[in-house]
Amino acid sequence: METSFLTLVVGMGLVTYIPRWLPLAFLARRRLPTWFVEWLDLIPAAILSALLIPALVTGGSPRCLDLFRSELWVALPTFVLALKTKSLGATVLAGMLLFWIVGMLTP
Amino acid sequence: MLIPVLKKRGPLGKTLHAGLGAAWPICLGYIPIGLAFGVLAQKAGLSPLAVALMSVLVFAGSSQFIAVSMMANGAAPAAIIMTTFMVNLRHLLMSSSLSIFLKTVSIKKLSLFAYGVTDESFAVNHARFSSGDWGVDRALALNYFANLTWVISTVAGGFCGQFIPAGFLGIDYALIAMFICLLVFQLKGRLYVLTAIFAGGLAVVLALLIPGNAYIVLASIAAATLGVICKRRFYL
Repeated sequence: METSFLTLVVGMGLVTYIPRWLPLAFLARRRLPTWFVEWLDLIPAAILSALLIPALVTGGSPRCLDLFRSELWVALPTFVLALKTKSLGATVLAGMLLFWIVGMLTP
Repeated sequence: MLIPVLKKRGPLGKTLHAGLGAAWPICLGYIPIGLAFGVLAQKAGLSPLAVALMSVLVFAGSSQFIAVSMMANGAAPAAIIMTTFMVNLRHLLMSSSLSIFLKTVSIKKLSLFAYGVTDESFAVNHARFSSGDWGVDRALALNYFANLTWVISTVAGGFCGQFIPAGFLGIDYALIAMFICLLVFQLKGRLYVLTAIFAGGLAVVLALLIPGNAYIVLASIAAATLGVICKRRFYL
């Protein structure tokens, strides 16, 4: 293996590890202000939505709005199922099954 | 439930069992993405050993895809490393959010845990920590099961990924379905719903306006900030 490749992956590894490590190393032992704890409490809902919604309604490269993606239409029953069952495993398996069926029905 | 053998064997077995019990939806989702990455990496000229090395050292799906496509286009290593840094900055938010639950954990364990923080492990670990039946050892087990699946799938993709039919069993939808359910777990009240709607809407607008994945961090920060302001102003 070439040295340049090794340098590349070590560099990529470092710049990925540091943002993962810094907050854990410096925030975990500290007493944080209330507003910051409240802010961090909202981060998961915000980040999950920010990851998920564009994946459902945009596609292509460069990205375009596309409301006819099967990702979106399968998401609706999957969402209802997640609300009703509150079960991660059941939601994942049902979502996969629905997406597979929709994939076979649409050419 | 999944592997009864693990459950019978002392504390380590119980930890691994709990970790695997929570990790399996992530693992299921990593398989098709890992295979796809392996196929692309092999086409870009990476050996299986090079793929394994990258998956072990970096362990971040989207940035690995971007790196391989940049390598195929002859980009300079410095540009690839800079892009990787930008793409993975969102982990700052995730680790910050997880740090609340890890107050009594040693720096050694925190450093081991940091390695495994991904979108998926963050979301599942956060949900488990919030529900109260979770500890750092189980979270570590979850992270390393996910990591192991990622490394194995990417290497396997380099060998035989092109023989698996596209769309097989709907497995491509595993992570989306998982995020849907984990988002539902987060909708614990009006304020969370409001934050999620704002984050999702803003993320779509930003995703359409700016290339790359900066929209994730920008929309999340804006939505959480708006959420705190609403909480303080309107007592939501």
